[in-house]
Amino acid sequence: MRFVRYTALSLLLALLLTLAFSASAQEDESSGSGSRASSNESSGSGSRASSGESSDFSFSGEGTLVVYSGRGEELIGPILEQFEEETGIEVEVRYGGTAELAAVILEEGDNSPADVFIAQDAGALGALAKAGVLATLPEDIVMQVPEAFRSPDDVWVGLSGRARVLVYNPELVSEDELPASILDLTAPEWKGRVGWAPTNGSLQANVTAMRVLLGDEATEAWLRGMIENDAQVFPSNTPIVQAVLNGEIEVGLVNHYYLFRFLAEDPDAPGALYFFPGGDPGSLVNVAGAGILNVSDDAELGQQLIRFLLSETGQQYFADETFEYPLVGDDIAIVDGLIPLEDIEAPDIDLTDLDDLQGTLDLLDESGALG
Amino acid sequence: MQKSDIVLTQLIRSSAVRAIAKPRSKPASVFEFPPISQPIAALVAAVVLMPLVYLVIRAVGAGSESLDYLLRARTVGIITNSLLLTVAVTFSAALIGVPFAWLTTRAKMRFRRVWLILGLLPMVIPSYLGAVTLIAVFGPRGELQSLLEPLGVTRLPSIYGFVGAWLSVTLFTYPYVMLPVRAALMNLDPALEESAYSLGLSRWHVFRRVILPQLRPALAAGMLLAALYALSDFGAVTMMRYNVFTRAIYLQYTSSFDRSRAAVLALVLIVITLGILAIERRVALNMRNYRAGTGTQRAYRPVTLRRMKIPAYVFMGTVVTIGVIVPLVMMVSWLIRGLNANIVAGDLAAPLVNTVSASSAAALTVGLLSIPFAILAVRSTSHFNHGLVKVAYLGSVLPGLVVALALVFFATRYAHSWYQTFPILIVGYAIRFLPFSIGATRSAFTQINPRYEDAARCLGLNSWQVTWRITTPLARAGILAGMALVFLSVMKELPTTLLLAPTGFNTFATRIWSAYDAGSLARIGAPALILVAVSALSLYFILHHETYKNPRWHRNGKRGLLRGQR
Repeated sequence: MRFVRYTALSLLLALLLTLAFSASAQEDESSGSGSRASSNESSGSGSRASSGESSDFSFSGEGTLVVYSGRGEELIGPILEQFEEETGIEVEVRYGGTAELAAVILEEGDNSPADVFIAQDAGALGALAKAGVLATLPEDIVMQVPEAFRSPDDVWVGLSGRARVLVYNPELVSEDELPASILDLTAPEWKGRVGWAPTNGSLQANVTAMRVLLGDEATEAWLRGMIENDAQVFPSNTPIVQAVLNGEIEVGLVNHYYLFRFLAEDPDAPGALYFFPGGDPGSLVNVAGAGILNVSDDAELGQQLIRFLLSETGQQYFADETFEYPLVGDDIAIVDGLIPLEDIEAPDIDLTDLDDLQGTLDLLDESGALG
Repeated sequence: MQKSDIVLTQLIRSSAVRAIAKPRSKPASVFEFPPISQPIAALVAAVVLMPLVYLVIRAVGAGSESLDYLLRARTVGIITNSLLLTVAVTFSAALIGVPFAWLTTRAKMRFRRVWLILGLLPMVIPSYLGAVTLIAVFGPRGELQSLLEPLGVTRLPSIYGFVGAWLSVTLFTYPYVMLPVRAALMNLDPALEESAYSLGLSRWHVFRRVILPQLRPALAAGMLLAALYALSDFGAVTMMRYNVFTRAIYLQYTSSFDRSRAAVLALVLIVITLGILAIERRVALNMRNYRAGTGTQRAYRPVTLRRMKIPAYVFMGTVVTIGVIVPLVMMVSWLIRGLNANIVAGDLAAPLVNTVSASSAAALTVGLLSIPFAILAVRSTSHFNHGLVKVAYLGSVLPGLVVALALVFFATRYAHSWYQTFPILIVGYAIRFLPFSIGATRSAFTQINPRYEDAARCLGLNSWQVTWRITTPLARAGILAGMALVFLSVMKELPTTLLLAPTGFNTFATRIWSAYDAGSLARIGAPALILVAVSALSLYFILHHETYKNPRWHRNGKRGLLRGQR
């Protein structure tokens, strides 16, 4: 009998669940921007005092900010928490892939609960800008960031810089043997010695930059050359660096900061960074950036978050914790062993032009780089 | 006859094949099922259908650009790759499954039961996990290469692409062919074969002309399952970098800002899946397959293998080595590496809680929802009700990635406060695994004599009370077995979890996935072994529990698959 009663009760619960689901689905359909992700207002941290010890940041406010973050929780979570503590603004974050969340924002359209979008790559911000879903940022934010690292329409700004590099193992190959251009990696002497990750977003952004700088044909020729040259495929950046340090491969195409994560654990690991000289497309400097959505009901809150991330506290956080380049403030120390941002001979490119990811995916697919 | 095998076969078969089965003939009972069953079933069917319908609308709405995309050479390549893999896996699974089934039922050999269990064990290894271990061992710079290093082998030929995908998907799906074929083999009447021998046919001819035709329905069912698995496999093909639908859809999903192409590809995948179901229906229908002789059929005399003995052991040994031993050894070595690096404990707690809570919630939801469906399927004759049941079966024949993608589309558009929440994850699991549970509950219901229900009605219970006090308790074993099967399947499920789980909600499956992505295999060991152990337990539970707890079989005193055979 107890079994029966439990079963009946649970069935009822399941039924209610189903009903609630379809009801909320209908409600959303009819009431437009009615519902947003539930906010934890009961947690009552609304008026927490600012701790402000080491901070140069002096804003405060109340309310809830919904952030879609294409950057991982372990990378950006701590600084968002610090923002909550210092301002009393509650931040609700939905984490995901950068492209994934950009697609979600586009799918959600006017219903999107998001206020701020933080992306790992300027291309996604460019795509959202093109779709017209980003709002213009106030001048005081925009003017802080160097022109190369922000939107020409003032709808997004870079928060931190990330350079594409060739990571190499100095025990296996010396710096003067390394090629002058990323294009030279298709030369016969590099056969089987290079690692890359064609399904990775950063590599894809780099390929997009190559398309912008060199054209589709030259880029496709390079992609085919890499495949013919037996470039070793990895699922992401981290295992590439690992393989270089292990001596499994000699060089790999990655973002600059991955090596420092390994060096933080083992300072003697045999890895070094090489920046292609002379404005080569292989030395693309991309940004992780942020923009505020048009549909945000309180743009001021979002602007406070962006100001915070651009403040000394925020920029120092990126330099220390994620080993990226700070974009604002001259006196922020970068990780030991990394050359300054100004010394990179980066290609001259408008980062907003990196928005045609679909074209890059198609090119990768057609050239056979995706398998 | 082995009831347990048949039950498992029914469980498996029902998940796919019942979707296209004809309505049963009118039951003998006058019992009316509780009227609430119908609205519940209708609601659930709506929840299953709505996302899929929206996916179709989304794909069609993408317009002519997506049609151009479909007709492009690369997309045609994806379709070709998918079909090639499906056909190759289907036939190679049969080529492994049939001999293995024959050897473990008919041949005289030592440790037959051990071989049987070893042969079924690959079933408890999720294909994506199997693929990681195969890459680690047979990859260009894998363990095998380092063993051969002294011989001057610096790099093995690449396992990536078709070969790796085919190998891993085949190895971890052939038990789905082996099980039904084994059950059918044990049911055959030896008299037919003996007559054939007496008429002078050789052993090979008897197999081809007498046994094989009788195995056709079981073989068709098993091969259908293998085909559906091959078409819907996501993890293994992605890790093996073989560009089939699921991988292409996932790449578009994760890398592109525009999801139209993912929707279009998913739609084509749905069409192909339905096409495969239609083919199976043609093969399996209209077959007479029963015994015509009178009296009790005699038991088989085990066949002595003679000179085929060594090839047989080599065959079974190879399959078991690659499909069971190599993966397990790799997982244990990763566990040891993880223990040495002290990274195991911190990684385990959260995924363990998440995996168990998600699996239990899904199993409970699905187990309970299966009851109204089973009632409708067994006790109703209306076409509408049987239609509802068929709709519920859609979720499991369609690839998990497609179902999850449809839910993502639907949730972002119509229920964005639900997107990335625990309930929608459970909805995703429920859509996907409801048929497993309906199948089990339903076969338990068919074993209940409707006269019990009639008698209860006569004694004054209403239809609702009859269901809860008579029917459901009698079917408890079946319902629980179905829930166990769902629990097992949810634990292993990768694509649904990847797409629908809330942020930071790691299960063992997604933990294995992300550890592979980050190249830190030492983190895989513990979750992988736990996953395999629990899967094995669930399988044992299904095989064992069914045989012992069901009153009818209990009376007959049949013994379980794992407790020894006649």
